Amino acid sequence: MTTSRRRFLGYVLAAPVLVAAASPGEAQAAELLDLNDIMTAAALPTSGLIAVEINADGTVSFALPRAEVGQGITTSTAMLIAEELAVPLHRVKVTLADARPELLFNQLTGASNTTISTYTPIRVAAAVARQRLLAAAATEFGSSDLRLADGVISTRDGRRIGIGELATKAASPRTLAVPVELTAKDDFTVIGRPHGRVDARDAVTGRKRFAMDVTVPGAKPAMVCRPPTINGKPGTVANLDQVRAMPGVTDVVTISTGVAVRADTFGQCIDAVRALRVTWKPGTVEGQSDATVLRELASAELPLGPRPITPYVEGRFTFHFRSNSALEPNCAIADVRDGRAEIWSALKSPIVARQSIAARLGLPVGAVTVHVTEGGGSFGRKLFFDAALEAAELSQRIGKAVKLMWHRADDSRQGRTHPMATSRVRIAYAGNLVLGFEQRHTSVTTDLGHGLGELFTAMAAKLPIGDKAFAQTFFQFSHTSPYDFGLHSRLLSETGKGFNTGSMRNVYSPDTTCARELVVDQVAARMGRDPYRFRHDLLRGDRSRAVLRAVAETGGWGRALPTGVAQGIAFHAEYKGVSACLVEIDCRPETVNRPIRDGVAGPRVTRAVFAVDVGLAVNPLGLEAQMMGCVMDGIALALTSSLHLRDGYFLEASWDNYFYTRQWNTPPDLRIIIMPSDSDQPGGAGELGVSAAMAAVACAYGRATGTMPTTFPINHGTLSFVPKPTVPPIPASPVDGLDHVR
Amino acid sequence: MPEHTFRVNGEQVTVTVDSDVRLLWVLRDILGVTGPKYGCGINVCKACTSHLNGRAFNPCAVPVRDLGPDDEITTIEGLAATAGADLHPMQQAWLDHDVVQCGYCQSGQIMAAVDLVRRVAAEGREITDADLDGIRNICRCGTYARIREAIRAAAASGG
Repeated sequence: MTTSRRRFLGYVLAAPVLVAAASPGEAQAAELLDLNDIMTAAALPTSGLIAVEINADGTVSFALPRAEVGQGITTSTAMLIAEELAVPLHRVKVTLADARPELLFNQLTGASNTTISTYTPIRVAAAVARQRLLAAAATEFGSSDLRLADGVISTRDGRRIGIGELATKAASPRTLAVPVELTAKDDFTVIGRPHGRVDARDAVTGRKRFAMDVTVPGAKPAMVCRPPTINGKPGTVANLDQVRAMPGVTDVVTISTGVAVRADTFGQCIDAVRALRVTWKPGTVEGQSDATVLRELASAELPLGPRPITPYVEGRFTFHFRSNSALEPNCAIADVRDGRAEIWSALKSPIVARQSIAARLGLPVGAVTVHVTEGGGSFGRKLFFDAALEAAELSQRIGKAVKLMWHRADDSRQGRTHPMATSRVRIAYAGNLVLGFEQRHTSVTTDLGHGLGELFTAMAAKLPIGDKAFAQTFFQFSHTSPYDFGLHSRLLSETGKGFNTGSMRNVYSPDTTCARELVVDQVAARMGRDPYRFRHDLLRGDRSRAVLRAVAETGGWGRALPTGVAQGIAFHAEYKGVSACLVEIDCRPETVNRPIRDGVAGPRVTRAVFAVDVGLAVNPLGLEAQMMGCVMDGIALALTSSLHLRDGYFLEASWDNYFYTRQWNTPPDLRIIIMPSDSDQPGGAGELGVSAAMAAVACAYGRATGTMPTTFPINHGTLSFVPKPTVPPIPASPVDGLDHVR
Repeated sequence: MPEHTFRVNGEQVTVTVDSDVRLLWVLRDILGVTGPKYGCGINVCKACTSHLNGRAFNPCAVPVRDLGPDDEITTIEGLAATAGADLHPMQQAWLDHDVVQCGYCQSGQIMAAVDLVRRVAAEGREITDADLDGIRNICRCGTYARIREAIRAAAASGG
C-alpha cells in the first residue's frame, strides 16, 4: 500500500536468513491508460512473492521472474538492489527464476514491461532488507547511529559489521510487515549511472551458458526432419532402419512435427535428418504465396470513413513476412522419465510453457519443472516454447533425455514470423490545419497465445474498452496518438490462419508508425511545410518535441547533401517513452550497387541520430545499447529483411538468404541521445526504438529517390539469393572450411 | 572408429569419432568446449569463429579428419592465454565498450576481431571503415557500432 510516493509496506519473510519482499498490493485505482499499465497492474498483486535474500557470505541473491535475452535486465535489477541495499553491485547475484505458477501474470517478459513493473517492488524488498539489517546491527552495537555503505554497517566510533554476518541475526521466524521509505532520487548513486553488463565477462570469455551449453546427464543432441511446407505432417518413413544404423545415431522416431533423430553429436543428427526418406502430408498454408496472402489482406481490410470534403492524403503500405529468428535457434533440453519432466530453455512465458508441456505429456502440472536459461536473443521468438514442447514430446517417447535444437533452416522456414500486413492511412487537412487521422491496419493473425491473452482476459473488467476482441484491445492499448491531428480513428483487422506467427520487437507499431510518418511527410509537402517543423508544431507534449528537436539539431536537419542522399525524420511514443530518429541515406547507384559477397548492399544509412526519453533510465549504458539494436532492426525492416512465401513455404533458409542488418549496412555515424529526465518512474525500452528508426529510414529513402516507398522492405521485389532445397529440409554441412583461412 | 589427435587451447586431445564429423560438434558435444556457438552450420553466420594455428576459421565447416597432431585450435576459452593474461586486449576492449548484448555471437565476434587486427597489422596499416564493413559475423542484437569501437580501441592499444 502506498502511503506516499516513497513510503511503502514490505515484508520480512519467515526464513533462517534474512529474506525481504514487497507488499502484495491490490492494483491501484489509477487509470489503465496503455498496455504497460495493464501489465504492471496484473503483476502487482503478486509482487510480494518475489524476494531479496541476504547470504552469510555478504552476497545478495535475487531470482528474477523474467527472462534475460540480451536486454540487460539482470544488470538493471542488480542496480536497483545495490542502490537500496548499499551493497557493491558485484555482490548482487541475479539469477532467472524457474517457472513459478503462483506468480500468475508476474512472470511474463514482454511489451518492454520488465523495468516498469518491477522497479518499485524490487526496491521495496531491498529497502526492507536494509532496514532489517540496520535494526540487527543496532542491537549488536547498542547504537542506532549507524551507516550502511559497501555492504558494511559501521558506527561513528569505527565498529564495523558486514551484512553477511547479520544475515541470520536479521532473519525472522515469522513473517513481519514493515513500512519502509525508498531512497530519494536525488540520493541515487547507482540508479541512473551507466553500468556495464553484469554478465559481460562471462560472455567475452565463453563462460556464459545458454540452453545448449547446459550439461544434463544423458541428454544427447536431437534434431527434427521437417516437412517441405509450413506445418506439414509426417507420413511414412521409407528407410527408418537404415538411418537408425547411421554412425552415432541412437534413436529415430516420428513425433507430431516431423521425424526426430537423437545422436551423439548434432553433426550426426544433421546427416541423419538429411538421409531420412519421409512422405509428407500437406501443411496448413499449402499453395499459398505472397500474392495470395496479399489478396486475402485486401479483402479483409476495413473501409476508411466517408471521403472527407476537405483535401486529404492517403497511402497504402505493404509489409512482408519477417523472421524473428534469434541467433540462438529454438532449442530446449528435456528429461521426461518416470512420470516427471524437467525442462531447460530460454522462456519468456515459463508458466504458460509449463502448463502446455504438462498438457502435451499428460502429466500433472506439478510433475513438470521448467528452468529458465539465459537466452541468445529473443525479438519475440522466446515468448513461445515450440522447441520445449517438441523436446518434451520426444524425451517422453524414447524415455531418454534430449538436447533438442532446430537447424537454422528449420528456424527460418518453420519458425515464427512477424505477420504480413497492410496499413492504410488517410490524413485530412484544410489550409494549415490537420483535421483527421484514420488508419486501417490489416494483418495476418498474430499469435499472442503465450500468456498475454490470459493476462488481458483477467484484467478485462478493469479496462475501459468493453468487450472487444483481444487483438483489437491490444492494438488500441499499444497505440497512442502523438500528434494533434483532430479526429482519430484506428482499427485493426486480422485474417488468415495457418502461419506460425508472433511479434518481432513490437507487434504492430513499426509498421503502423512507418505508414503514418510517410503520410505525415506527404501532408507536410502539400502544405509546403518543412517535415521537421510540421511535426514539431503538431506534436503533443514537451518531451515529444524535445526528442524531435534533439535529433534535428544534433543530426543537422536540413544540411546540404548531394543528389541521391537525403534525410528523414520520424517520431514514436510507446511504453511511457518518446523517441525520435533522424537518418541520412545514400541512394546513389555507386553505393547501392557496391559489391557484397553473399549479401545485400542496397542504400546505405550513413548517419543515424536517435533520441529517447524513457523517463528515469535505470542504466543509461544499457538503454543506449537497446536503442542501437532498435536502429539496426529499423534499417533491416525498411531496406533488406523479409521472407518470401511461395508454394506454402518460405524461401529463406539461413542468414545468407535472410538479410538482417550486417556490418556493411550499419551507419558509420550513429549517435544515441538519452534525454535528461525529471521523472522518477522508468519506461520500457527493449522495443521502443524500432518504430521511429524504421519510419525515418523510409522517409529518407522517399526523399532521396523522389518516390514514397509503399512496400517493405524496399528490396522485397528482388530475390537476392538462390533458394535452398526443401528436401532434404536442411543443407549439408560444408567441408571446405580450411580453404577460407586467410 | 578412428581416433583424431590435435591440440585445443594448449592441450593435446584425442577423440574417437567418425572422421567427417565437423569440428564444431567435436568441440561442443564431445569435448564440452561450448564457447563456439552454432548459428547456421553452413559457415555464413560466423558464430563459431575460432582460430586454427592463429588464424580465424569456422569449425562448422571443417571435418575433424582435416586436423593433425600439430594443429592448435584456440577457442574463446583459450584466447586470453595466447596473450598471457586474464583477458586478451580484445576481450578487455569488449568490456570497456560494454559491447555484449545477449552474448550468443560474441565469442565468434571477438575471435574474428582478433584475426582482423592481426591481418591489418601484418599489412602495416590502420583499420579502415572498409575493414570493419567486411566483418561477416552476424549480430542479431545489432551491437555493430560498439563492435567497431572496441576493435578500433584494441587495435590502437596494440591488441
